[in-house]
Amino acid sequence: MSGRRQVPNAIGLIALVSVAFLLLPLVALLLRTPWGRLGELMTEDTVREALRVSLVASALATLVAVVLGGALGFVLARGPVAWRAPLRALALLPLVLPPVVGGVALLLAFGRRGVVGGPVADVTGLALPFSLWGVVLAEAFVALPFVVLAVEAGLARVDPRLEQAAAIMGASRWRVLRRVTFPLALPSLAAGTALAWARAIGEFGATITFAGSLPGVTQTMPVAVYVELESDPGGAYLLSVLLLAVAVGVLTLGRTRAVLQR
Amino acid sequence: MERLTAWLAVPLLAAIPGLTACGDATAPLTVFAAASLTDVIEPLVRSFEDAHPDAEVIVSTAGSQRLAIQILDGAPADVFLSADARRVAAVADQTRGDPVPFATAEMVIAVPPGNPHDIRRLEDLADPDLSLVLPAPQVPAGAYAGQVLADAGVTVRPVDLTLDVRAAVTKVALGEADAAIVYATDVLARGDELDAVVVPTDVEAAYLAVVLQHSAQQDLAAAFVEHLVSETGQAILADHGFGPP
Repeated sequence: MSGRRQVPNAIGLIALVSVAFLLLPLVALLLRTPWGRLGELMTEDTVREALRVSLVASALATLVAVVLGGALGFVLARGPVAWRAPLRALALLPLVLPPVVGGVALLLAFGRRGVVGGPVADVTGLALPFSLWGVVLAEAFVALPFVVLAVEAGLARVDPRLEQAAAIMGASRWRVLRRVTFPLALPSLAAGTALAWARAIGEFGATITFAGSLPGVTQTMPVAVYVELESDPGGAYLLSVLLLAVAVGVLTLGRTRAVLQR
Repeated sequence: MERLTAWLAVPLLAAIPGLTACGDATAPLTVFAAASLTDVIEPLVRSFEDAHPDAEVIVSTAGSQRLAIQILDGAPADVFLSADARRVAAVADQTRGDPVPFATAEMVIAVPPGNPHDIRRLEDLADPDLSLVLPAPQVPAGAYAGQVLADAGVTVRPVDLTLDVRAAVTKVALGEADAAIVYATDVLARGDELDAVVVPTDVEAAYLAVVLQHSAQQDLAAAFVEHLVSETGQAILADHGFGPP
């Protein structure tokens, strides 16, 4: 089956423009990055700390998103049909909400004077803003939709007859979920998790509004790049490429492991 | 297929007004103003437009350091109003004429109404239980705040360093932070939401206005700067708590 016959020329041409559109900024960034300064950059505290904050927060946020998003996705796929439309709309909310608005809304809910955060702060003295957990919360909020959608789609693809067969053979509901449903839905879940993580580590508006931008505590890589642009653009380009490299690295690692486990 | 074409037409139709606007005779005057000027810039622009009926002014506000970077990147600004001399120096290559001082502002400690944590002196800010927010050092207000603290010999551990002075003000107003060192004019602008604690300091913010070289409207830009130091402009600035240059 020749590829050329499958794609009309007009569409192929537009796709080419699309590739150029995506590739050119990346190429421009790589070309303008002052590679010689990489060594100097890696010794800077702000860079190492931003990297640490980003990696730790995004990992925790992805975990939260997977747990919460997985459950919601499951209910969407297998729960009452009447709830599907409103729940799905709710799950997509972080996608359409501008990140800064999301950050403000999170403050109003979980901040020191927030609807929930206020009473919690009064009783326990704990405040989420200005802490790493604030970053985790903000990142989890924006990453959640990716997991929900992926899990819903993944579960929809599981052949119910396989689950029924397992049940007929005596497996309990949890066993069916664990041994039949979960492994079959895993590729979708993995893809959703990867997207969620990428979204979490790249988040800027919500984290800066809700958690702040204190170096070493809440300053993530995207924020560090933004700040660096104001005083040292070359350094900012290096940081961006570093972030890109980390993202590509983790995603490739994830895919490689998934492939190896087949 | 007809429905698809109809849907494609919608964004195109929406874009037409934008496209036809390119034919306007007088382009608007673009003013980049420091974030702390957000409230005073509106009446300043209105009074300028009253005096120059053909003029239309567009304002963009952000931390002065961010505006400086945008100017260096080629943003189409005609006038730059900076909260300190350092940012004006940063864009020195792109300016035309000398920077004109047009206002000053005092530095104060912003606190929630009623000053619930009873902050009286700068030293009180060193309390580890206090959530202090400062503008980041690269923001003019952050540099001034740092100077105020350094002059008093006070070391603090802020919980956040914001990217412009207004974000610091907002965090105190929202109740997320207990205190912030900002401009007196910022506290005044928030009215009942904030109180100011005055501290003894020589540090004063010095605002400068400068016309940009690539501006296509040198005369109008210069007129805007003139307006800032005119009697009308100075009166408006004074109303908002700014001092004379």
